[in-house]
Amino acid sequence: MLQAFFIILQRDLILAVRHRAELMNPVLFFVLVVVLFPLGIGAEATILERIAPGIIWVAALLAALLSLDRIFRTDMEDGSLEQMLISAQPMSLLILAKIIAHWLITGLPVVIAGPLLALFLGLSVEGIETLFITLLLGTPILSAIGSVGVALTVGLRRGGVILSLLVLPLYVPVLIFASQAVDAAAAGFQPAAAIGMLSALLLLSLSLTPWAASAALKMSVS
Amino acid sequence: MIMRFIYQLGSPPYFYALSGRLLPWLTGICLILFATGLYGGLVLAPADYQQGDSFRIIYIHVPAAWMSMFVYMVMAFSGAMALIWRIKIAEIILINSAHIGAVFTFLALVTGSIWGKPMWGTWWVWDARLTSELLLLFLYLGVLALYSAIDDKRKAARAVAILALVGVVNIPIIHYSVEWWSTLHQGPTITKFDAPSIDTRMLIPLLLMAVAHKFLYAIVVLLRARNDLLWRERRSQWVANLFKGGS
Repeated sequence: MLQAFFIILQRDLILAVRHRAELMNPVLFFVLVVVLFPLGIGAEATILERIAPGIIWVAALLAALLSLDRIFRTDMEDGSLEQMLISAQPMSLLILAKIIAHWLITGLPVVIAGPLLALFLGLSVEGIETLFITLLLGTPILSAIGSVGVALTVGLRRGGVILSLLVLPLYVPVLIFASQAVDAAAAGFQPAAAIGMLSALLLLSLSLTPWAASAALKMSVS
Repeated sequence: MIMRFIYQLGSPPYFYALSGRLLPWLTGICLILFATGLYGGLVLAPADYQQGDSFRIIYIHVPAAWMSMFVYMVMAFSGAMALIWRIKIAEIILINSAHIGAVFTFLALVTGSIWGKPMWGTWWVWDARLTSELLLLFLYLGVLALYSAIDDKRKAARAVAILALVGVVNIPIIHYSVEWWSTLHQGPTITKFDAPSIDTRMLIPLLLMAVAHKFLYAIVVLLRARNDLLWRERRSQWVANLFKGGS
């Protein structure tokens, strides 16, 4: 059982590395969205510092949303998803592996790029530290919740818009807690409460969403 | 006993007949409730000492806001029934509730904003309850969009049922996260059971209106479900029998 988990994880990572150009797309998108904000709002340092956590987190949400489709779409198209569903392994475990793989491929680059961009936006050192922690805790939640949304829409031809309608409202708590934590840290307060909530959300989403996603996949594939 | 009732309810002809018998009663009670509630609320209740007569919009606003959450609970419940027992009626109730729930949510938002203009001096504030109501509207719209995107309607109903269950787990999380985020809304005036901070003459019409809205929802959902049911079962024998006399 655990072996199947690691096989899926390894397979998804290998597949991602073989498509190196695609690997860069989400993080490039993330950087671009963040760069657009100073251009649109103006480069006033105080404003930028104030809105930096929100901008970076919204951009992270959008980057995650953009890349969600790949969790199941290609597997659906080449039929390997069906093989996973009819295999003797518990589907929720395989989905957990796919969520983690998706996070390693698309979330981790954002976790690394986020603090760098925050530096460009003039966030304080405390803020940047907290931003890193929230990104580390928060981006896996995005992949986990997103897996349910993708599982529900993977059978549709034009699932993209619907996917964003399904997933973005569910992302709101992550956005709120994460940007609150960074705001608090940047203002010199303890961000521990919001970070604790984020950790709770992470555990909750990692333990519940594979289950919901597997039910949704069984529906989508049948 | 209860299980038998549920299984009976799951049979389309039985449901159709039962709802047909219930509807006149429901309509009657609903009309009475609306009449007394509106009379009590608009005529008998005293004007608020601060808000004057414009507080009277709560007789639509508050019941609509309550209904928006109540209907989501109904959706999640019938979603669970649809997933566990594959009951067709539950699927139909689920999706038709989503339409009504979205309308109630929209109504709550619109009336709230009409009330907010004279009271807060602005059409919209990013207040916790307004925002979570707005997010609830998006959840409803997501349900509707997903349902209409899947062609096979039985499959669509299962997808929507899963989504409704995921949503119902998330609603408290969303609600409290938004609550933390900011709040300006006046505190709840009715849930404090020991000493409600609202005049009884204002409260009773409000409760009447709340029940009236529940009946209204029941009527509309039954009407829609009956229509939907007839359309889905249009090739079956019992529907043919139903219309043999008429045509």
